[in-house]
Amino acid sequence: MIAPFSGFGLGLRPVHYQHFLSRPVPVDFVEVISENFMVDGGRPLFVLDRIRERHPVILHGVSMSIGAAEGLRKPYLDRLRKLADRIDPLWVSDHLCWTGTGGFNSHDLLPLPYTEETLRVVCDNIAAAQDALNRPLLIENASSYVTFSRSEMSEGEFLAELCRRSGCYLLLDVNNIFVSGSNHGFDMQAYLDAVPFDRVRQIHLAGHSQGKTMLIDTHDHPVPDPVWDLYEEACRRAGPIATMIERDDDIPPLDVLLAELDIARNRSAAVRSEAA
Amino acid sequence: MTLAKLQTDFSDYLLDRPNSIEAAIQGDITVYHHAYRAQLLSCLRDTFEKSWAWLGDERFEAAAAAHIAAHPPHSWTLNLYGEGFETTLAGLYPDDPEIGDLAWLEWSLRRAFDGADADPVDPAGLAAVDWDNAVLFFVPTLSIGPVTSNCAAIWTALAEDLAPPAAEPLPEPSVIRIWRKGLSAHFRSIGRTEERALRLAMSGVNFSEICSILVAEQGDGDATADIGRILGTWLQDGMIAAIQDHAGDSQPMSSAEA
Repeated sequence: MIAPFSGFGLGLRPVHYQHFLSRPVPVDFVEVISENFMVDGGRPLFVLDRIRERHPVILHGVSMSIGAAEGLRKPYLDRLRKLADRIDPLWVSDHLCWTGTGGFNSHDLLPLPYTEETLRVVCDNIAAAQDALNRPLLIENASSYVTFSRSEMSEGEFLAELCRRSGCYLLLDVNNIFVSGSNHGFDMQAYLDAVPFDRVRQIHLAGHSQGKTMLIDTHDHPVPDPVWDLYEEACRRAGPIATMIERDDDIPPLDVLLAELDIARNRSAAVRSEAA
Repeated sequence: MTLAKLQTDFSDYLLDRPNSIEAAIQGDITVYHHAYRAQLLSCLRDTFEKSWAWLGDERFEAAAAAHIAAHPPHSWTLNLYGEGFETTLAGLYPDDPEIGDLAWLEWSLRRAFDGADADPVDPAGLAAVDWDNAVLFFVPTLSIGPVTSNCAAIWTALAEDLAPPAAEPLPEPSVIRIWRKGLSAHFRSIGRTEERALRLAMSGVNFSEICSILVAEQGDGDATADIGRILGTWLQDGMIAAIQDHAGDSQPMSSAEA
């Protein structure tokens, strides 16, 4: 069981380590990329230990490959468990995707067809991961650039069924909904309608770029207005919820990101005042 | 098509192998083809920043593309993807040994950066050591390797944003040792006597035997002074994590760091 936790945080990136270590930063939590700290020692763990003394930490992974038909890698889970036991995170999350097969790892978040077979595979993998980590997982919707003709349900319906069968929770990436919705032409409101918001524990916000043929989930721009609007829609359904801004490229000074986080606070507050 | 077959097909597409993925999808799969290579190129640029500066964009990216095509990643962590890039570079530039040497040095420093922690022994505790039976245990980040070029001078100049010296072969092949002290990875070029002593110590030969071997090999009285100086350097550099006797009992030594 993961109790709801509301607040506003940032993805912690190396360029901001010194800032976080040297002065108070007005965030309710930070999220780190798990794999960057699944190391034997040295500066990464030294920094994370000290930041953990100041802030709640979320471990967000990119390499679990929860949709891999061949199952999960035990060495990976063992490493992640060790890190989670050390950091005592608010929760551990990864993406609804697969990353490779047959020992090959693309280090990319590859798309899944939404079928009954995929549901069984992902549920089995979630059960294995939750058992190995001794804690529930949050699963994040990834951006995608292809869909599969064999899909039997929408992504939102798949997420709902996944939560029902596996007991996992959701990390809803609003930018990813916008990117995938724009790329594939699906109804974003219908997507939100299908999501079981009682299982959503966190929201990601980010920016994207226009590629040759599609929107690309680049995390190299501020959160754009349509994503803010979709965030408000999600807030109407979720209530107070942990919200975070992800920035992975062209990373601005921390004060710029904190100002952007204030927009999230204001948007969330505006939705709450609507309801009051 | 099963999920397993679909994933194999998709992987084959990314790796430019025969596949039938296009029949199963709608959209723009080339985004993934591009992202896969861009991610690995970015990883190599980050890991081999100084090799990139030394080679320039065009030569570095061509070498990276060749490496990516020949070496798909297998580890769950991108941290390990740089392994072997120095061999790729050495193969591409056999007449420019500083290129492979520089990449090897960068890779070794990167491995030391997040290698296992170990506190160095406190030199203040050395009085209690039984040197006749002492075996040295080094910090786990210690590694050594041979070089034939002035890659160390090139690395240092690039690290300090200075114009690097021209590449030169060394008068004779040398050895560099790499280790981490505290949070910082270091390297040092070492002479033949230190290399011999270090290889013996790393293989578990006890300290008095190392002294005897060096004295016998050098055939003069300088070896004893040399090994004393070398031990002092190892201690000062924080390379020694423990000193134990033959039986494996730890000497009563405290570490230098809490």
